[in-house]
Amino acid sequence: MDHLDKLEAQGVYILRTAYREFKNLVMLWSIGKDSTVLLWLARKAFFGHVPFPLVHIDTKYKIPEMIEYRDKLALEWNLNMVYGINQKALANKETFPDGKVDRLGCCKNLKSEALKHTLSGEWPRYRLNHQTQKYEEDTNKEPYTGVIVGARADEEGSRSKERYFSPRDAQNDWDIGDQPPELWNQFNTDFAPGTHLRIHPLLDWTELNIWEYIHKEKIPIVSLYFDKGEGKRYRSLGCYPCTNSVASTSKNIPEIIEELKSGKFSNIAERSGRAQDADDGGTLETLRRGGYM
Amino acid sequence: MEPITAEKNLEKVLDKMNIVVAGHVDHGKSTLIGRLLADTGSLPEGKLESVKKYCEKNSRPFEYAYLLDALKDEQSQGITIDSARCFFKTPKRHYIIIDAPGHIEFLKNMITGASRAEAAVLIIDAKEGVRENSRRHGYMLSMLGVNQIVVCVNKMDLAGFQEERFNEIVKEYDLFLKEINIRPAGYIPISGRLGDNIANKSKEMNWYKGNTVLEFLDLFEKEKSDEKKPFRMPVQDIYKFTNMGDDRRIIAGKIESGQIQIGDEIIFYPSGKKNKIKTIEVFNAALPKKAVCGESTGFTLDTEIYIQPGEIMCKSSEAPAQKGSLIKTNLFWMGHQSMVKGKQYKLKIGTRSAAVWLHDIVNVLDASDLASVSNKNQIDRHDVAECILQTFKPIAFDLSTEIASTGRFVIVDNYKIAGGGIILESLGLQNEIIKEHIRQREKNWERSSLSIVDREERYKQKPLLIVITGENDIGKQKLARSLEESLFKAGKYAYYLGVSNALSLSSASGNIEQSRASYIRQLGEISHLFTDAGLILITTASDIDDAEYETLKMLNNPSETFVIYVGKEKFLSPLWDMKIEENFNISDAVQSITEKLEAKKVLVDYMI
Repeated sequence: MDHLDKLEAQGVYILRTAYREFKNLVMLWSIGKDSTVLLWLARKAFFGHVPFPLVHIDTKYKIPEMIEYRDKLALEWNLNMVYGINQKALANKETFPDGKVDRLGCCKNLKSEALKHTLSGEWPRYRLNHQTQKYEEDTNKEPYTGVIVGARADEEGSRSKERYFSPRDAQNDWDIGDQPPELWNQFNTDFAPGTHLRIHPLLDWTELNIWEYIHKEKIPIVSLYFDKGEGKRYRSLGCYPCTNSVASTSKNIPEIIEELKSGKFSNIAERSGRAQDADDGGTLETLRRGGYM
Repeated sequence: MEPITAEKNLEKVLDKMNIVVAGHVDHGKSTLIGRLLADTGSLPEGKLESVKKYCEKNSRPFEYAYLLDALKDEQSQGITIDSARCFFKTPKRHYIIIDAPGHIEFLKNMITGASRAEAAVLIIDAKEGVRENSRRHGYMLSMLGVNQIVVCVNKMDLAGFQEERFNEIVKEYDLFLKEINIRPAGYIPISGRLGDNIANKSKEMNWYKGNTVLEFLDLFEKEKSDEKKPFRMPVQDIYKFTNMGDDRRIIAGKIESGQIQIGDEIIFYPSGKKNKIKTIEVFNAALPKKAVCGESTGFTLDTEIYIQPGEIMCKSSEAPAQKGSLIKTNLFWMGHQSMVKGKQYKLKIGTRSAAVWLHDIVNVLDASDLASVSNKNQIDRHDVAECILQTFKPIAFDLSTEIASTGRFVIVDNYKIAGGGIILESLGLQNEIIKEHIRQREKNWERSSLSIVDREERYKQKPLLIVITGENDIGKQKLARSLEESLFKAGKYAYYLGVSNALSLSSASGNIEQSRASYIRQLGEISHLFTDAGLILITTASDIDDAEYETLKMLNNPSETFVIYVGKEKFLSPLWDMKIEENFNISDAVQSITEKLEAKKVLVDYMI
């Protein structure tokens, strides 16, 4: 087994543990490369099926190609696709592009708040009807209490402190100093009522591992990551007002891998194109404490 | 950049190794790691500069440790709270380096980090010398199974780069490590602050001729794979995605040791059920003929049998896993509340969870000086104890010296992992407890002058316990009531015991296994009363397993126990005496049960 096989086996093991232990389990799918790898791992773990809903938080500022790609795969792979949205903030124009709040405030409104209320079931959830190929308001209002997330330890400081199974209490608080231990392949799967759980199967993966795995498994990936002849591409995907493309001529996955291994990006942080990180003193800690994933 | 080179570069896949850096608080762990990152050029561009700038802005001298302590509140407190992971590489391989907190409060974080490490760097401050956590961490590493260790004597610059001081510390610590059977790969005098003997040889310490830290790391070997050991796969789950149009019944899990092929005979422990591998299932690829240690995989079997997640799958031709409910262990405790006798905990081993009690403490070890304390009645926080644990039901395991991954466990207390340990010895089966209970019961039972035979002749029936089991909401109660009515009308003395009438499943206590265990015990005792009175008792229980069946049968002895399974699964376990398909017709079901009872001479027709 090479290192990708090992990472895959561990990811699959964690997903299967989560599925066995938690009833109201969902997976967050941001449409980016990491959570798409996560989705692929789920298909591996459950032999072609994804036996829980995939949740996407739509900010309405996502690059349109991302939404097209989401719905295409959801139909092809028979996914239980659900999205949530902060309609109020959008209606009141409490967003950064509308100028009413700063970047962090906008992230909080359109992502953290939307996610929180979508998971709890307080705000409407929209589920893809595979017959009509349209989204309909979901009748299931039960809170989702286990959330599988594609966070990686190498992304930035606070993420390197996560556990594979990481509890948050009812207030979404993350007590970094007093996290229960995880030993060997035993995780904390018993929780007091009211506790929410984040599950991080990709914690030990690096950005390079993600691309190597996408290449090896031929996972379809949204084409925004590739240069289409203009000498630029996206390295990390988010909302278009806050995500800049990077100057790069990588047109395919092997070229991206080369660029990460020894080329121009081997020493530049992945999220350098995300403006909100810089506003938070270089870490995402403020956002993560408030429930950002 | 030509794509051709890119394709070529792809084939060169570097190895990856987890390293933990441990040692007493303030002995310089984070500094060493910061150095390793900086000196191997593994920092993201601008990181070093930004941390230097941050220090300047806050009028603090720059330290390499700040590179790691990325979290804001950590920088202000100056101690590492959790095991941060970071990555660096040498031409030989990639390293994931885990910074384990040295502060005693955060021992559980050190253990979290170290339990996934393949090798360790232990740091000792040249000025302070060997301290309590230098010893404790050394001990923990040996218990966690980390055998490759290199010891760094740090802050040599503060000790005048003196060889004598270095030798003094080496001598003292080596004595300690010998006692716990650790042979370190070597001892290195270093200065984290100045970078001596980390990536580059020290100019100040010419007397040291050995390797640098980086050279030692590259000399460590990858964890030896357990491929040659007997096959073990703890069953994680059993999948059947029928509602997604998939009829495969897949036994899923991660292979912890050994290897297996299609057609191999297998046996599950603790149930002892046998079968044969039909296929090895994977997604999106051709089905393989063989699966090896380390893979998360899935199997379909030749015949469909009833097994539960948590059992260990083994190969019939190889050494079997152990089975028992009394185990001698080495255990370390991290819980805020001490581990005490008489309290029920949850044991997790492989994929199995089981109710467990602390049966006896052999001795408690203070890991910081290896002094042994006997006569201790409980295991306190940060204690290491040799103790005997007892499970209610038999569990399958291996001795940790034989197969590490199926020989270790954790203990859950109050929703959290509070302890961890390794199994030293199997002390047998706990069935003894029920047997002893029955011996006592028989001894103290005040017998009437009427015998069972007297009652059989009067009632014209043999006493019998009928248990209807299967999934929830499948019509077990309805069937039980109809069977009672039918037997009654046929002149039998039968009684239907509605579970909710007589027994309270105290789900409010939150401990399902405990309430389930005591429920089965109560049911067994009540059955014994009814059958002793010569009656036919009919009751229901959802999905009883082998151990529960054994318990019921033993408690209901000497009368017969007859188990009927109701459900949609295709398999028939040797455990059940008969099976009823789901969506059954009530009168047909009652009819076939009656016939089966008669055929088995359980229901004898005395009406001659």
